[in-house]
Amino acid sequence: MKLKPEDLKKISDKMEASTNLRSGAGRAKITVHMGTCGIATGSRDIMKAFLEELETSGQKDILFTTSGCAGLCSHEPMATIEIKGESPVKYVHLTKEKVKKIFDEHVMKGNIVEESALGRGSERVG
Amino acid sequence: MEDLSLHILDIVENSIRAGAEHVSVKLNEKDGVLFLSIEDDGKGMDKRILQRVTSPFYSSKEGKKFGLGLSLLKHAVLETKGSFEINSSVGKGTRIRASFIRNHPDMKPLGDISLTMKMLRLSHPGIEFIYEFTGNSA
Repeated sequence: MKLKPEDLKKISDKMEASTNLRSGAGRAKITVHMGTCGIATGSRDIMKAFLEELETSGQKDILFTTSGCAGLCSHEPMATIEIKGESPVKYVHLTKEKVKKIFDEHVMKGNIVEESALGRGSERVG
Repeated sequence: MEDLSLHILDIVENSIRAGAEHVSVKLNEKDGVLFLSIEDDGKGMDKRILQRVTSPFYSSKEGKKFGLGLSLLKHAVLETKGSFEINSSVGKGTRIRASFIRNHPDMKPLGDISLTMKMLRLSHPGIEFIYEFTGNSA
């Protein structure tokens, strides 16, 4: 199936209707690492999995974005979860199953999933 | 990279990090050749950077010594005996043009280009993406 420009507009409208953190009202941010290393190891599917979790949850205050290589290529695919007012947490070696647990526990309840976490802190985005 | 849609995602992420506000991805298949064009209005590169940018041992990003994205795309193109060209102008943007010989045994599949464009759109809502696929299998 080929995606047409009007399809992209529909997708965008749908997501903008369900997320408002971009305007500053959000409580959480999910950053999927999309450097060459991340993309080569499956980060596109990781982002898709996070978006599916978001749609299922019906949450309206979560921002999705991407960043470049964090210099930890052997730990990809990676994502950073940041709850408003708390230090960001970097998750590594992600799978769809881990994404579900991280979304349910950390994004929704604020509990860090230590078994998949590398540590607190964030790299420079760029 | 398993397929071209992942290469495209990688290159467009570079465009975004270069400050692009508009990115176009165009694919055209004609007479057994797949033409790819990626164009952005990011900060662009000068001639000195441009000469080195497809080397895997160079990155224009601050603090990085290696940059594989463009070199991997160029390698994927040249494996099919296709052509690769990159033009850039500081302050104006960058344009990549590539052609792939589709029936070459080393030609990668296009992959899920719809998913690539969807993920870009959703994660970068402030950027305008134009995507076109024309030709025989569009």
